[in-house]
Amino acid sequence: MSKKNLLNSKDIEIILHRLACQLIENHNDFSNTVLIGLQPRGSYLANRLAELLKTSYHIKDLELGLLDITFYRDDFRRRDAPLEAASTEMDFLIEGKNVVIIDDVLYSGRSVRAALTAMQSYGRPEAIELLVLIDRRFSRHLPIQPDYRGRQVDAINEEKVLVTWTETHKKDAVYIEFK
Amino acid sequence: MAELSVEHLLGIKYLKEKDINLIFKTADHFKEVINRPIKKVPSLRDITIANLFFENSTRTKLSFELAEKRLSADVINFSAGQSSVKKGETLIDTVNNILAMKVDIVVMRHASVGAGVFLSRHVDAKIINAGDGTHEHPTQALLDSYSIREKLGNVKGKKIVIVGDILHSRVALSNIYALQLQGAQVKVCGPTTLIPKYISSLGVEVETNLKKALEWCDVANVLRVQNERMDIKYFPSTREYTQLFGINQDILDNLGKKIVIMHPGPINRGVEITSDVADSNESIILNQVENGVAVRMAVIYLLAQQVKR
Repeated sequence: MSKKNLLNSKDIEIILHRLACQLIENHNDFSNTVLIGLQPRGSYLANRLAELLKTSYHIKDLELGLLDITFYRDDFRRRDAPLEAASTEMDFLIEGKNVVIIDDVLYSGRSVRAALTAMQSYGRPEAIELLVLIDRRFSRHLPIQPDYRGRQVDAINEEKVLVTWTETHKKDAVYIEFK
Repeated sequence: MAELSVEHLLGIKYLKEKDINLIFKTADHFKEVINRPIKKVPSLRDITIANLFFENSTRTKLSFELAEKRLSADVINFSAGQSSVKKGETLIDTVNNILAMKVDIVVMRHASVGAGVFLSRHVDAKIINAGDGTHEHPTQALLDSYSIREKLGNVKGKKIVIVGDILHSRVALSNIYALQLQGAQVKVCGPTTLIPKYISSLGVEVETNLKKALEWCDVANVLRVQNERMDIKYFPSTREYTQLFGINQDILDNLGKKIVIMHPGPINRGVEITSDVADSNESIILNQVENGVAVRMAVIYLLAQQVKR
């Protein structure tokens, strides 16, 4: 298996700043907005963005939740490997809020579909947006598109997009893996 | 791997320690779910579960049914009292008739020891034992250990005494297996007539002095005297039983330490435990009931993963 480096840590830093600015453009001081990272992989990006918004852009009261969608997925018993849940950390309701869902890679759109269902347990939001670091084109199974995207990638189905973070792999980077 | 090593939950005897850890880890997630404003997830929406209770139950049946519904499974209920069992139908026929209606999982309570094992060999469904006679009651033992873990942080190394009618108790046997598997020390305490002869073969010590047993332990799991299973007299009178083995606040106050009080229910207040103890801060009896739903959700979820499409 070979892999190609798509983004290095410098690229990712620039992208994170751009995404933060785009979020501020639409949500001002985030007084009625919550960020929700999808567990497990979207939570790293969500934490990073929240940190950046607080430190570099002086957003004070930013609500961040981490949502696990395992029990809402539509492939229960349809995969070879069993699904393992991660924790959900949502200590607020999203009734009437603007919600930004955050995930690392948008591929089939099924995770986002599951997240939309899962969020019904926390109230009726005013609006929901989607932010992803990598948007894989031509691979959607559902009519779901991102509102904010870090980088758009044309990868064929056999290829895998791998996002690594300093927190987990000692390095911020995005790779495409070929079989 | 996030998969159980067993295909059915017939007893704790068949589980490994990693199975228990997996069940508890999964139960943690479900405990968060059942404390949400909307306490339901759609995971099992294409699974059908039959609750077959050939013996009376309120708590366990409600807990299982709630767990199944919180997972969005379709549920059918069956109680022996209102069924064809009274007309002479055999267990396998009853269950096969129910399975012909396309049921994936069977939760069964039965008065005969080994009914779950028997069924698992003859029918094509996942079996969860909800109590078979005086043998095992695995989900109760799991929720008991889960509650201890929640209260004390860990089960390993803890000292647990099971007080009361050990002879007729499936809760006691399952608890002994579960606690030992997780590295806890277990003693039993009760009238000699209500302690099974083979108990020492399980590596369990017997203590007939309640005060000594309580001084030794971190947790006391108090059991009910199961009068309905007694065909002869095992002790002279209920009053005498209470005097020797009933737990009251005075005994606990004189221990010089705090111990955790558990009871699987139903409680006979004033017999094995007094009201002030059952309702005290040391008692985690209602936590056990809450955790029961989360633990049963975890067991059902993990077994349902193995159901073939």
